[in-house]
Amino acid sequence: MRITTLEFTALIGMGSFVAGLLGALTGLGGGVVLVPLLTLFFKVDIRYAIGASLVSVIATSSGAAAAYVKEGISNIRIGMFLEIATTLGALLGAYLASRISTGAIATVFGLTLLYSAFLSARPRVKLSIDNVPDPLATRLRLNGSFPTPEGIREYYVRRVPLGFGLMFGAGTLSGLLGIGSGAVKVLAMDQAMRIPFKVSTTTSNFMIGVTAAASAGIYLHRGFIDPGLSMPVMLGVLAGSLLGTRILVEAETKWLRRIFGAVILLLGAQMLYKGLAGRM
Amino acid sequence: MTGKPWTDRKVEIIIGNLLRAGVMISAFVVLLGGVVYLARYGSSPADYRIFRGESADLRYVKEIVVRAASFSGRGIIQFGLLLLIATPVARVVFSIIGFLEEGDYMYVVFASIVLSVLLYSLIGSAY
Repeated sequence: MRITTLEFTALIGMGSFVAGLLGALTGLGGGVVLVPLLTLFFKVDIRYAIGASLVSVIATSSGAAAAYVKEGISNIRIGMFLEIATTLGALLGAYLASRISTGAIATVFGLTLLYSAFLSARPRVKLSIDNVPDPLATRLRLNGSFPTPEGIREYYVRRVPLGFGLMFGAGTLSGLLGIGSGAVKVLAMDQAMRIPFKVSTTTSNFMIGVTAAASAGIYLHRGFIDPGLSMPVMLGVLAGSLLGTRILVEAETKWLRRIFGAVILLLGAQMLYKGLAGRM
Repeated sequence: MTGKPWTDRKVEIIIGNLLRAGVMISAFVVLLGGVVYLARYGSSPADYRIFRGESADLRYVKEIVVRAASFSGRGIIQFGLLLLIATPVARVVFSIIGFLEEGDYMYVVFASIVLSVLLYSLIGSAY
């Protein structure tokens, strides 16, 4: 089937809009479904797909930042410190993406999707927070406070080396797959470093844009970023996610999260199969 | 140990607005390029099945600027994407200024490391 550039652009734009909308509504990010959508349904080469996806990740992260900043809960010191790890990881990931086979990228992508589906299905483990300062976190000035309805709450960051290591991994995944890898970032901050969930998610959003920018330069020089494809993807995802964050407050997202999780599971299985079968 | 929350907060708000402005400007440029591109090539067939990689004039900062200035649709889109990539870089630059103002030199160093990684990717990795 031959379709014209105009038709192709319109279809990609609509698909990206839906991906961005669902990503924002469920908090799972649009990037994870974007690459499977482009490769499995539109038969786009995975390197063009991850290039376009990465660009849209920068747009949504930066676009949402202003709204998060107003709430005053993100911690710029934690973000900046951990960005050393994520950006270095992103460089490694982007180099890997230009070295390994497309089948291998698809395989890792499939596994990441399956893991994201698992994370979205599992109830979040609530951790007890003990207020004993960790010497390293104190020296790095990572501890902070944020406003809650009950007043200012202080928190102490723990296990800094583990969190830093996980962040390097999150950066590598982001650079290899063209995704924000927000789920891994939140996992590192919330579960490993015991940073309050709200602080973790907003700080993670802040970090995603900088992390993605670290691999974007390499993608650009390797010819992964195609303007004709990136244009509808970036505009579609941005519009979808801006709308999504606006209606987020009223929407009941529990069942939506479940459906989206199931979609991710199916896409993950298909990516994994195609990657392993060498049909990517 | 929260440092100076008020100054932090002021820097954060400036940065948040900067990011939003960067995204909106780049989205506008990408849209403009998209209109030019589709007006010229909208009816030609689309095919992204085979990876060819972009031509050199759409891969390097200087060449993209030259191509955008010649009013090529793909060049303008790519220039808009370049602005988008530059937005988080500007955020890190502003953070450095903010940390300097606060006299937090440890974080000036951290932010400078992040900035050099970003600049390496955007400029250094081309060679």
